[in-house]
Amino acid sequence: MMPTKKTIELSRGDPDSGNMLVNIGPQHPATHGVLRLLCELDGETVLSVEPDIGYLHSSFEKLGEFRTWNQIIPLTDRMDYLAPLMYNCVYAMAVEKLMGLEVTERCKVVRVLCMEMERIFSHLLWLGTTAIDVGAFTPFLYAFQERERIYKLHESFTGARITTSATRIGGMMADLPDGWTDDLKDFVETFPKTLDEIDSLLTRNGIHLGRTQDIGIISSSDAINAGFTGPNLRASGVDYDLRKDRPYYDYETYEFDVPIGKNGDCYDRYLVRMEEMRQSLKILSQALERLPDGPINVEDPRVSLPSKTDCMNDMESMIHHFKIVTEGVRVPPGDCYFAIEGSKGELGMYVVSDGGEKPIRWRIRPPSFVNLSVLPQLAEGHQVSDLIMINASLDIVLGEIDR
Amino acid sequence: MTEQLTAIFGSAIVGSEVQCGDQEVLFVEPAQSREILEWLKDNEEHSYDLLLDVTAVDYGSVPGVQVVYQLWSIIHKKLLRIKCSLPENRLKIRTVVDLWSCANWLEREVFDLFGVDFVGHPDLRRILMPKNYSEGHPLRKTFPLRGKFSREKQTKIALEQDYEDYYRPEQLGALGIEPVNDAD
Amino acid sequence: MGIIDDNKRQLPVAGNSAPTFLTTKVDFVVNWARRNSLWPMPFGTACCAIEMMASAASNFDLARFGMERMSFSPRQADVLICAGRVPYKLAPVLRRTWDQMMQPKWCISMGACASSGGVFDTYSMVQGIDTIVPVDVYVPGCPPRPEGLIYGLMMIQEKIRNEALADGSLRKEDPEGAGKPEANSSEVRALTGVFGNSTQQEKVSSLAQTARPGRFKDLLG
Ligand code: SF4
Repeated sequence: MMPTKKTIELSRGDPDSGNMLVNIGPQHPATHGVLRLLCELDGETVLSVEPDIGYLHSSFEKLGEFRTWNQIIPLTDRMDYLAPLMYNCVYAMAVEKLMGLEVTERCKVVRVLCMEMERIFSHLLWLGTTAIDVGAFTPFLYAFQERERIYKLHESFTGARITTSATRIGGMMADLPDGWTDDLKDFVETFPKTLDEIDSLLTRNGIHLGRTQDIGIISSSDAINAGFTGPNLRASGVDYDLRKDRPYYDYETYEFDVPIGKNGDCYDRYLVRMEEMRQSLKILSQALERLPDGPINVEDPRVSLPSKTDCMNDMESMIHHFKIVTEGVRVPPGDCYFAIEGSKGELGMYVVSDGGEKPIRWRIRPPSFVNLSVLPQLAEGHQVSDLIMINASLDIVLGEIDR
Repeated sequence: MTEQLTAIFGSAIVGSEVQCGDQEVLFVEPAQSREILEWLKDNEEHSYDLLLDVTAVDYGSVPGVQVVYQLWSIIHKKLLRIKCSLPENRLKIRTVVDLWSCANWLEREVFDLFGVDFVGHPDLRRILMPKNYSEGHPLRKTFPLRGKFSREKQTKIALEQDYEDYYRPEQLGALGIEPVNDAD
Repeated sequence: MGIIDDNKRQLPVAGNSAPTFLTTKVDFVVNWARRNSLWPMPFGTACCAIEMMASAASNFDLARFGMERMSFSPRQADVLICAGRVPYKLAPVLRRTWDQMMQPKWCISMGACASSGGVFDTYSMVQGIDTIVPVDVYVPGCPPRPEGLIYGLMMIQEKIRNEALADGSLRKEDPEGAGKPEANSSEVRALTGVFGNSTQQEKVSSLAQTARPGRFKDLLG
């Protein structure tokens, strides 16, 4: 695979060749955010594409170096607003790993619930917008109605619809509210019906098949070389799922399957994501069953606040409380790379500490950044309309690409 | 593995350590980093075939930048972190784009934000910051959070961006299209 | 460009004089029509855009207010909804989108980031889009709920209801201003100063106020 060229060379062939230069974005509905694509076209055929990113560069990584460890959590969910809780969790998990902190059993299961819920949440948005890109508007409305129910779950747990900021180092910001698990159970039970409806609208729909099958094919070796992860990689037939290969939070004890595609085209990527939602539901119902009682936050003087009564009654606890609140958590020197199976691919956090109250470096391993870099290779030789479809099938989120 | 590598590459392997209980870290010299990465990728015993991440760390306390690679072996299910310290006066390292194509954008990002020069990279230019950005490399510790210029100057420079970069009249002329000259 | 020549746009009865019976009646009809068929131009970038999508989808249903037609082309839009973070790299794009919209046009700044930079007081972010384009309504929140956005749109409707043709200062647009920042240097300084941020607290932004036109003149001299 050849790396992208420096700029699009207009001199490909002679000037009279009639090749056209078309700019898509950055403000364009079909690019799923502020992504700019520069395409060189011969008629309808794409000769080359060059994605131009950075239109949403909000300097998260720099800002993180100026925030204390717990203050970074609100930044994480603003990065991927399609699966905010997942980002909250992975950040907290990375810091906990660096501190050598083991969270409570209940916290583990609650985080599994959050992460699987977010996988569905994120895939639903992908499903809705991708369906619009092939010209089907109904699945968008269906998907958003289901998303609205997850919004409600977010809201009753964290108080916010998107910017959840639900985790803390060593636990969650609060325990689950009363009745929350029942609402989730209700969602798990009724969601498959909607999913089946969307399934029947798209999976065997002639237009959808024509627009996605054999479009944007990538072989398994190319996909590995290009750094693909997540559903995109699995659609190419590579069995790599962090939940199985590098399990965290007892994922090895849950019973679920990892869908693997064959052809590595847009349709396989669609099928893999559809099946992933079903598998997530399976994990959700198992996690709901095993949700243990007990505390949600660890009892560790490095991270947890003493109880209000203790603060009022004894001086040491008061000072301890004061220190944690004013100075923040301190993390031992060292560095740690921790990754989970995100909704878009391997989502990693690399944190480097020098023992202070702020990180030296906070780096996000961005799955969609890496996935998007393959677009020029995938789209070459296809039509412009397929370019839109291929871009949609990669499931990108610009907030995390540009950071 | 460290012994194996030391046997082959000698002093280019500076050291190794284990972080957080199970994360292997290998320190290498920048001069041979590419050969070492290539060996790790192709050696049957290790076959680190998935390059997860290329990034850099500026510690501030030590001048210079540390380039960090995260590798994963799909077959052997192993994680490895390679670190390579570059001195302040020589921020240069060989590229790995020809080994892993995903390194293309990742290295461009490190160049953009840290100013590390990846020798042999086919297309090393800014990726996240605008083309006309002239304040430096933002993720260096010497770079202030709000940028080096005042907000007025930043706003002015931003609006002067040439967003018709790829549509210069000469370029359009080469295609036989008359440049359109209207304000919008 | 959507810039109306001053001489042509004055109705013979309207002018720049005081409103008359006829102009107020024309106002009433014109404003009624305008405010009930606003076509928003969704300039969505980040998290706020998702809430904007949610307000357009089934549960909140913007269509109830005559806005079901999201106009993805700025040339057919009336309200620019800037939802989300605007980095400097995107600033010229936003300005150009605004320049391309036809008069009469309004602008909503949705969310903390668009209005003031939000938590991102950093090297790459525009500290409030009011330095780039004129803003009519600021919707606070991070992100604002769909109800918040709908309320913002209703405030725009309210604003339109009170507009009068006789007001000559309304919708004057300088053709020279295309592609230029909305605020001059001192205004940019006042609007983008460090303010209420946890890393450093130097409050200078109390100067900012939002009424148009000539919004900062009296404060900044
Ligand atoms: S205001 Fe909040 S929700 Fe909106 S774009 Fe900014 S960070 Fe995202």
